[in-house]
Amino acid sequence: MLDKPVALKFSDVTFSYPHHTVLQEVSFHFHSGEFIALVGPNGAGKTTLLKLILGLEQPQEGIVELLGMAPKKSLANIGYVPQHVNYDPTFPISVLEVVRMGALTKRSNPIARETNESALKALSLVELQDLAKRPYNALSGGQRRRVLVARALIGNPSMLILDEPTANMDKTSEQRLYNTLAKLKGETTILIVTHDMKSVSSLTDRVFCIDAHKSGKEGRTVVQHTLEAVDGGDEKKVRHDVEIPADFCHFPREEGNV
Amino acid sequence: MFESVGFFSALFNPNLPFIRNAFFAGVLSSVLFGVLGSVVTVKRISSLAGAISHAVLGGIGMALYLSATGIMPNLSPMVGAMVFALISALIIGFVSLKSKQREDTVIQAIWAIGMSIGVLFMAKTPGYTDPSSFLFGNILLISTQDLVLLLILDVIVVFLAWFFYPQIEATAFDEEFAKVRGVPTQKVFLAILSVSAIAVVLLQTFVGIVMVIAMLTLPAGTAGFKAKNLASMMFFATLYSLLFSFGGLALGWTLDMPVGAMVVVLAGAFFLGRSLGNLIRKRSMKHDKS
Repeated sequence: MLDKPVALKFSDVTFSYPHHTVLQEVSFHFHSGEFIALVGPNGAGKTTLLKLILGLEQPQEGIVELLGMAPKKSLANIGYVPQHVNYDPTFPISVLEVVRMGALTKRSNPIARETNESALKALSLVELQDLAKRPYNALSGGQRRRVLVARALIGNPSMLILDEPTANMDKTSEQRLYNTLAKLKGETTILIVTHDMKSVSSLTDRVFCIDAHKSGKEGRTVVQHTLEAVDGGDEKKVRHDVEIPADFCHFPREEGNV
Repeated sequence: MFESVGFFSALFNPNLPFIRNAFFAGVLSSVLFGVLGSVVTVKRISSLAGAISHAVLGGIGMALYLSATGIMPNLSPMVGAMVFALISALIIGFVSLKSKQREDTVIQAIWAIGMSIGVLFMAKTPGYTDPSSFLFGNILLISTQDLVLLLILDVIVVFLAWFFYPQIEATAFDEEFAKVRGVPTQKVFLAILSVSAIAVVLLQTFVGIVMVIAMLTLPAGTAGFKAKNLASMMFFATLYSLLFSFGGLALGWTLDMPVGAMVVVLAGAFFLGRSLGNLIRKRSMKHDKS
């Protein structure tokens, strides 16, 4: 796995808002095909980190490389699933149309409308193909979140970024979401950002934590912890007591023969 | 004398071209109200459009003053309105993008200051100028040349809405995601604001400021209750606008009342009725479930 290309790389990244340094000297990376969890308590700077990954903010120092390029250049290959859409419930739009939005590019024009088929395919990946014609606002919260996953999957992205994918989700919806992610694992690089510090899905290969200050520094940095399988569970425990340097990469599964 | 002539015979009477022009103006502006109104509604920028449409009164007043006093003779009120509309659109757009938390205050300030400047200039303009004639306009005074202008704007707006439909839909639904997909969301927002400003100016000289803002929001709001998507919202909003304009024209003519105000009351009554119906239906559905 180590010879696979680097999917995301932070090199000495520092980011500050006018009166507040959020992230300081952050360095970490992971490779294509890995299933990564990035955990951190609320207010630690997860959203800021996401904005840096998506190119919505620029770091003052350091370099962010997404799929080997500046984030803005590789966004076409990224599927992004926001935590929620701050949308107007009176906005008239069908499930299929929301999914089709994922195929949007800067130059999309209404003449190219061959996206319906891929939208239905993406919806079947999240097991919602039967609801394609339904109004988006008629869906439950968990279903809506899966529609947003389908929206991110429509363009066959090489990397999927999910922001708090299971927040406010019931157990069944959560299970269905992880079923979908399990199907994608290995083929698609997956990054899940979550405030759940204790445990992560058993699909997770490595976990990064955004809850550490280097001594004497105002901004937070990112470290890596180990994961411990829980017997019979579909979760892995995050060992916050075991710290690995964030830039150290190993791949516990399939070592050596990939 | 005209009251004795029925509305439909008046419409086809070759001696009454102004009523036919008013009818065509209603048809042409309905397209703008339907398409642009839907975009303004789903982008939730109707208060921005409201501020721009009222601020143009300042430009109208200034233009009237400058031309009547001979400082800039022949300066058309529409030019003044256009300048004020674009300036206020730029200010509002800039504040909305750079400092969202002040947006509300700035909108109200532009709204009030623009109107007040208009009233002050009109007070100093030689001869009698009535601000309320600009607030409500008179659809019966529309010339054939005005109709051509409206038609051109219709074509431009419909083309832009069709060609950039995916981008408009995405920025209105989920701006952050649109940005991640590479859509220049700020440019789209400023373009929508500028096109709205230009449309507001053209429309308000024909039908008045109050009718513009009412017709940009009410037909689209009414259509929003049953539309499946943005495109069908535009279509139904256009139909509703047609219905309200035509109904207002017929009623105003028959009852000898101002057409603009009649159209607004009709559109408002329809929207409120639809909202009420929706509320009652939702309540009874909740009741059934429990």
